[in-house]
Amino acid sequence: MDDARPQDSAVRRIDSDPASRKKFLKMVGAGGAGAFALLLAACGDDDSTSSNTGTNAGSGTGSTSGGSSQFGAGDVGIAKYALTLEYLEADFYMQAAESGMLKGQALELGKEFGEHEQQHVDALESMLKKLGEQLPAKPKGKFPLDSQDSILNLAATVENLGAAAYLGQADKIKDPEILAAALSIHTVEARHASALNTALGKPATPDGGFAKPASMDEVLKQVKPYIAS
Amino acid sequence: MNMRNPELEAVEVHGITRSSFIVRGALAAGAVYGAGSVGPFVRQALAQSGGGDIEILNFALTLEYLEAAFYKEAAKIDDLSEDAVKAVETFGDAEQAHVDTLAGIVKQRGGTPVKAPAVDFGDLTSEDAFLKLAVTFEDTGVSAYNGAAPSIKDKELLAAAGSIVQVEARHAAAVRLLAKKDPAPDAFDPTLTEKQVLKAVQPYVKS
Repeated sequence: MDDARPQDSAVRRIDSDPASRKKFLKMVGAGGAGAFALLLAACGDDDSTSSNTGTNAGSGTGSTSGGSSQFGAGDVGIAKYALTLEYLEADFYMQAAESGMLKGQALELGKEFGEHEQQHVDALESMLKKLGEQLPAKPKGKFPLDSQDSILNLAATVENLGAAAYLGQADKIKDPEILAAALSIHTVEARHASALNTALGKPATPDGGFAKPASMDEVLKQVKPYIAS
Repeated sequence: MNMRNPELEAVEVHGITRSSFIVRGALAAGAVYGAGSVGPFVRQALAQSGGGDIEILNFALTLEYLEAAFYKEAAKIDDLSEDAVKAVETFGDAEQAHVDTLAGIVKQRGGTPVKAPAVDFGDLTSEDAFLKLAVTFEDTGVSAYNGAAPSIKDKELLAAAGSIVQVEARHAAAVRLLAKKDPAPDAFDPTLTEKQVLKAVQPYVKS
């Protein structure tokens, strides 16, 4: 179950073609890609699914999540917030790979993790578009990329923060399909964070047995230094 | 998807009732057809099973028992590398903390915590054997929590499950690195249904 990886191109094709999407859902139904199937279902254009999503998404008041005014209320606001963070992560890894500072395994990990973040971007963009929502503005990232060490340290910071950010929103998401998608992304951010921590000789689980969440305000404050505009 | 799957009925873990399998069958169907199409049925089935959250917690507890017992037994292996010893100690402590917390929550909510299953990890005498099983258990744990969490009704419990599953994912990536495997093989972590989880751990559960 662990080494079967959906191909990026196949994912894009499925997402844009309802017929092959159905085939894909059938194909993965008994297998391991259930969360992804749920995500696609959440983005789907079949009537029962999208009307269900449409009813629940955005119905929240947003009063429980501080800082939500920037992104709007409810599940849609959370999705826009998540997408903003994913934009930043994807941009970071792209700039890191282009910096020429990463070598060997660090370069391999950077490329792979960057590809994951890009897939998260694509999925969240697709979900918001299908809900008829506007995409949030793409932040312009500025990152200190002067050595492999500083890049890896920043990557670890960003991933640990990303994992905490998803965890901070999990209990605020109302739509079960959007929740399933967020959880499936959450644990990938956690895997990235753990691998980078390990590579830097830091603990894989800095909070011990129970990971700590971070609020929207906290996360936005911490990423602010890396946003140019 | 077939709720009368003979394979499904043959799998039994102490304390997990058949009604919960019916719920999970519906959830599994949701993964195929889109949860929207089976939502009402899932909710009804959850209501009939009498407290879906406690059953989910007890299922998670069973897995945590298994993981905690696994790390305890792995601690007896001679000649583990320094990194492996550290993983066994740290991750084993975390799994035991998960056991204690989940059992505590089940009691607090008026439920009865399941008993620890009897386990058999086979020939667990080398670092290779340890890493192979550790990757299986941790990856399965991630997918089990991610599969079950969306049907948790109580948001407080959902937050707790989220906090635990993040740690399972961190464990999974770390033991994968030790096993020289890709720490994050997918952009989206797969979910597993209850049936798939039970099938994956069945070889290590004696009762």
